[in-house]
Amino acid sequence: MLSEAAKEKIREQMSRYPVTRSALGHALYIAQEECGGWVPPEAVYDVAEVMGMEPADVQSMMSFYVMYNKAPIGKYLFEVCHNISCALLGSRGLLEVIDRKCGIRPGETSEDGMFTLKSVECSAACGGAPAVQLNGMYHEYMTPAKLEQLIDDVRAGKIPADSIYNAVYSADMTPREGA
Amino acid sequence: MPLARILTKWVDDPEQIGIEKAMERGYYKAARRAILEMQPDELIEIVKASGLRGRGGAGAPTGMKWGFMPKAPTPERPSYLICNADESEPGTYNNRELMEKDPHLLIEGMIISAYAIRCRTTFIYIRGEMVLAAKILADAIAEARRKGFLGENIFGSKFSTDIILHRGAGAYICGEETALMDSLEGLRGHPRAKPPFPAVQGLYGMPTTINNVETLCNLPYLVNEGVEWFRAMGTEKSPGTKIFSVSGHVKKPGNYEIIMGTSMKELIYDIAGGIRNDNDLKAVIPGGASMPMLPKEICMEANMDFESLQAAGSMLGSGGFIVFDDTTDIVQVCEVIARFYKNESCGKCVPCRIGTDWIHKIISRIIAGRGRPEDIDLLKGVCVNLGGEKMMDSRSYCPLGDAAAWPIIWGGLKFFQDEFEHWINHKESPVGLPAGLPAPV
Repeated sequence: MLSEAAKEKIREQMSRYPVTRSALGHALYIAQEECGGWVPPEAVYDVAEVMGMEPADVQSMMSFYVMYNKAPIGKYLFEVCHNISCALLGSRGLLEVIDRKCGIRPGETSEDGMFTLKSVECSAACGGAPAVQLNGMYHEYMTPAKLEQLIDDVRAGKIPADSIYNAVYSADMTPREGA
Repeated sequence: MPLARILTKWVDDPEQIGIEKAMERGYYKAARRAILEMQPDELIEIVKASGLRGRGGAGAPTGMKWGFMPKAPTPERPSYLICNADESEPGTYNNRELMEKDPHLLIEGMIISAYAIRCRTTFIYIRGEMVLAAKILADAIAEARRKGFLGENIFGSKFSTDIILHRGAGAYICGEETALMDSLEGLRGHPRAKPPFPAVQGLYGMPTTINNVETLCNLPYLVNEGVEWFRAMGTEKSPGTKIFSVSGHVKKPGNYEIIMGTSMKELIYDIAGGIRNDNDLKAVIPGGASMPMLPKEICMEANMDFESLQAAGSMLGSGGFIVFDDTTDIVQVCEVIARFYKNESCGKCVPCRIGTDWIHKIISRIIAGRGRPEDIDLLKGVCVNLGGEKMMDSRSYCPLGDAAAWPIIWGGLKFFQDEFEHWINHKESPVGLPAGLPAPV
């Protein structure tokens, strides 16, 4: 399922760490990027094979973390913070806008495959509350009107679907000796 | 003036993320001086003498932590430094701003720290959601490497060190240092028992120091300006500055770096512009969601340093400063806090896995209009079983359990039990808010 290029990227990540297993987190991001935003079971097997691990071990690790998507997601991922400061200043109204305009509630993907909504814990943007992340980028001081505009802009093709959500950075990391 | 611009001096300049601009402003001189002119133990003594305390939450003395590290690590048993950049404590966003806007300050701090505790390999464990900060840091690390500030024989010395940037993947518990190490090893983020402490047996079983982003950002200034300069700011036991992330019902939310010991009143009314709509202040969470909120009367008297906030019944924690005006429904705030800890409990130990769920269920029931008079005692009982009879009397494997219990029993219930009773007796909000935060924007 994973391309040779993706497998090579995983091997490169493995070479960065004193112990190769540390690269598992990044390997899953690489798999997720390759598979359109989620990690299908076949990709779990591939990651396990490249890393010399049991698939169940990979699955167990993956299931712990919320940023590995266990089901297909839309082209645009909305993450609406629902923690204290954002809740105080209007995150519920933002969730209602997305429900009304895109027909989705937290955890759901729109039928046209365009949008996925996650209601997330504090995204460290409390000073700009209420805050939303769209494909990993912050949009702060949101209001229902601004969010409606953002959704319209996405639909009008004004916002590229590129996501930095799965990025792993390694370009000039050099391999080092073992621990 | 209580507002200080030291660590945050250059954050308003978008050019600051580039190494040329940073160097023009004197960056990397401290690291050069430390490595070329000072001995590692000399640095540890400076940090000890400075009284610098960890800015991530626990407030442990940084120099003491460093002092536990081996003096002569070997290739078979290397020492590791990890920068804890998994900032996830609700209300806190100062690490993110430092990393996004002044990445070279952190990198320089890490070089100095790595030299002092003799680490060939260091890590930044950055919260998965902070993708932009990760990208900016990755670029900055590459720049520093091209300049020869990272890698082999830096500044022409015999010292070599490098930074591995590691992205987390969404788990609050990984901000707890032992869970962070498990996560960095490619495991589920479960906390470990202490002892052994990380300085003895940490990452990969090797001696490890874990320091917060803001803590490390203090080091270049400490090396440049010296201990006396540092200790001239703040109080005897809380020297220096601290960046408080102010949010909630204030006119000017934002990250404010203030001298430790500044009064809370000044922070709210002078620095953050006061309460929105000139409403009355109701309560403040001074150090992130896990720290008990304090009511107005106490806030008006409290100072922003480790000892004062502890004496006031809360803690400085991570510096997440959340302000509530008099329109706030404290029970609903507690529900949000309880939901957070229920969602983020890692499930390793029973008191936390079950206790966080119980706390949330009871508060949810009260807000749903199904509260019972005995719920108050039940809630207190669950909090005691999870967080102990008093603060720092933990019953769970790691501090997440305390973090879940404290804000409820030592914050919400301690100061606003009448609001819980109102909800139970009248099945409605004491401030007239419908269930389900928030009020409209």
